[in-house]
Amino acid sequence: MSAPLALEVVDLRVEIDHGNHEDIVDGISFRVAAGEVLGLVGESGSGKTTVGLAVLGHTRRGARVARGEVRIEGRDILPLPALERQHLRGKLVSYVPQDPASSLNPALKIETQLDETLSAHGFGSSDAERRARIVEALAEVLLPSDETFLRRYPHQLSGGQQQRVALAMAFANRPRVIVLDEPTTGLDVTTQAHVLATVRDLCSAHGVAAVYVSHDLAVVATLADRVAVMYAGRIAELGPTATLFRQAAHPYTRRLVEAIPEMSGQHALVGIPGTAPRPGHRPSGCFFAPRCAYVQDECTTAEPPLERVSDEHEVRCIRHAAVLRDAATARIAATPRPEIGVEDALVAVIGVNASYGTRQVLHDVELVVRPRECLALVGESGSGKTTLARCVAGLHTSYTGQVSFRGKELPAGSRSRDADTRREIQYVFQSPYNSLNPRKTIAQIIEQPLRHFFSIGGSDGRGRVRGALDRVQLSTTCLDRYPHQLSGGERQRVAIARALVAEPQLLVCDEVTSALDVSVQAAIIDVLAELQRELHIGLLFVTHNLALIRTLSQEVAVMSEGRIVERGRVDDILDAPKADYTKKLLSDTPSLEAALAAATG
Amino acid sequence: MTDVAVADAVEIDLDERRRGPLRVLFSAAWKQHRTKIGLGITLLLVGIAVFGRLVAPYEPDQGVEGLLPFAPPSSDAWLGTDALGRDVLSRFLYGGLSVLVLSGVATAIGMSLGITVGLLAAYSRGKLDDLLMRTMDVFISLPSIVLALLLAATVGPKLWLLIIAVALTTMPRAARITRGAAAEVVERDYVRAAEAIGIPRRKIILSELLPNVSSPLIAETTLRMSFNVGVVAGLSFLGFGLQPPAADWGLMINENQNGLTLQPWPVLLPIIAIALLTIGTSLVGDGLARAAIGIERGRTGGE
Repeated sequence: MSAPLALEVVDLRVEIDHGNHEDIVDGISFRVAAGEVLGLVGESGSGKTTVGLAVLGHTRRGARVARGEVRIEGRDILPLPALERQHLRGKLVSYVPQDPASSLNPALKIETQLDETLSAHGFGSSDAERRARIVEALAEVLLPSDETFLRRYPHQLSGGQQQRVALAMAFANRPRVIVLDEPTTGLDVTTQAHVLATVRDLCSAHGVAAVYVSHDLAVVATLADRVAVMYAGRIAELGPTATLFRQAAHPYTRRLVEAIPEMSGQHALVGIPGTAPRPGHRPSGCFFAPRCAYVQDECTTAEPPLERVSDEHEVRCIRHAAVLRDAATARIAATPRPEIGVEDALVAVIGVNASYGTRQVLHDVELVVRPRECLALVGESGSGKTTLARCVAGLHTSYTGQVSFRGKELPAGSRSRDADTRREIQYVFQSPYNSLNPRKTIAQIIEQPLRHFFSIGGSDGRGRVRGALDRVQLSTTCLDRYPHQLSGGERQRVAIARALVAEPQLLVCDEVTSALDVSVQAAIIDVLAELQRELHIGLLFVTHNLALIRTLSQEVAVMSEGRIVERGRVDDILDAPKADYTKKLLSDTPSLEAALAAATG
Repeated sequence: MTDVAVADAVEIDLDERRRGPLRVLFSAAWKQHRTKIGLGITLLLVGIAVFGRLVAPYEPDQGVEGLLPFAPPSSDAWLGTDALGRDVLSRFLYGGLSVLVLSGVATAIGMSLGITVGLLAAYSRGKLDDLLMRTMDVFISLPSIVLALLLAATVGPKLWLLIIAVALTTMPRAARITRGAAAEVVERDYVRAAEAIGIPRRKIILSELLPNVSSPLIAETTLRMSFNVGVVAGLSFLGFGLQPPAADWGLMINENQNGLTLQPWPVLLPIIAIALLTIGTSLVGDGLARAAIGIERGRTGGE
């Protein structure tokens, strides 16, 4: 590499600071050159955030760095006293957190926050000098820097703007290294594309080495020069982005790439069975062995070393030769979608106008969900798609126009609808962290609709509860657990199971995968597709992720600013979009294939 | 530079959280010294108040033969006699139950009313919310002593009046805490999910809202109890509680205050007991409140 080395992590180990001192991450080594972006990819719990924080010389409560070096421009920052390390943060190495809404101080104006960042590190000698830098820093992240903007508070900015302010704060002191922890997770695709472009431009323009932590491979493929894939606290594979995704040498990387939904629908989604082992529960030998299709006896005896496949491509798998041979064969072909005849509409929305207070969010919306089919409702955040879904489910009442279900018009609120309708239309909420009562066990949560609709409870209901859990591929051992003891994906399955016991005709799914990891996303989509196929449940699938819908839906409606701009068969819309808005949405969606094509082309 | 303290200790504390939410609260509270000390003090005083009468050497309302009023401690009366020549120790051992029961009943009634009002206000929002909470504001402006004086002046000193006066002053604070905690829970999607399938409102309030505000309410109940012990003892001292010759800690202070220099025990003993009971319950309440905040932050409390 020609550019000078900015960051070098050598044999880093972070462990739990009590009990048996089990490692959270171990044997982490990588280098990042000035101006280069390294993608750090992994599922939740893989240790990617732990590594990201260690680059800042920081660990979470209850963890400590046990071994290793973090060299920034040649100097190891880990042995420095805490106060000195703290002083380096923001100046030499800085951090952009996942959620800008909670990282910005809600009580301080934008200008005050930026000024604090600068003065804390003694930047500039005068107010005027700092003011000039604030204006410059905001311009770099493409934000206005006029007086009215500087005087705003964080809540007066959009999510994208907040994240840009966080970026401006991170870049303000011109650091050498920057750690970005999933900074685009909460943003819609268009905003995400802009923020990513800004990050890339800033890093290359100012020679900043970036570590980009993410679970989204498509985003990383768009942005990173090289990628490190983490699994259960180890770097499983490290290499240049194109090499890594095209010729993955680690079975885990291959499965991850296969789990990414592609808009062109060239391959079926494959979830990864099982979950990543947590610290203290890791198997002997290779940690991925229990989930691996390539597993041999030798895999379970000793932890595999990091081997060099080619010049810049390293992998921690003793069977990488076999994996590479298979990579040459094509991706798994998609199963053909079953043809479904056109019958009367399951749901028809006709001329609906809806508003929040005085603000109108839906304008004359029309759409149709056919029985047994899935209609994907696609749009950016704020386009009104959730409001429309809530009108159908009876959760949003202030609308005019007609919503009919199986040919009969529905009253607006769920309380004014009859019990059968309430049972037949079930709603699955966006965040499984928010939709399950934390004080009830999983059994109690799933039993609630049973008791309510069928007056079945206790042992009689258990059979149905187990059946529903089976449908969503959850083990019955979770029946007596509380929601906080389950992972996000498991909770979302519980939410789907709760909807299923009511024996619905229509399942309204509001962004049900947006809070989940990619491998989990794929599995949830699998579950929904199976419900549609086997139980003949109609789906209204609300999403901002265009890439998800080809696998699941037959039809798609695209929404923008409260209006349906285009609707039709999925293939027609995705392959030949007519509306400008759809074209823009398609081109903004990060795609692994497009990113790789651009990298090689 | 933004703070990078990530409040995500779940990965490490997973085993700590494999239990029901209330058990997590209690065990997090128990980990703090203040809770243990507070519980020890409280149990000691509750023990004295409930079982003390079984070991009392004399009947509480009879004089000790051969001893004058305000007699100093002796072998016949270990802590001396009071203004009417009765055994101080016996009166002390009998006199705690009334304080405990009156403040306990008043706290229970006040908290129940307050929780009901708070949950109704939070769930209904809108006009009913305003009406209920403004009514609570009116109540909160009346000090319990003044309210008791007012009621006693119209009806005369009755025990149920004392309970009502204390309960009514407990209610608005309980209502505010409940509404504050529940207002956030009302916005959660699991409430929306219950509404979507048409679960009756009363059931939503009881099974979706109430369990999710129980942690702050348990802490608040203990703190209110602590406060009410003082109020009840104060009202007894002023003569609104039990009437002579009954044995009651508040009454003991009142009856014997003139002899403080001659014989301090009949005044000091109930004062110390009331103070300790207040301190003990408020330490427990404080421990619970800290644990509740700690759990809210994703950790398991403690210092």
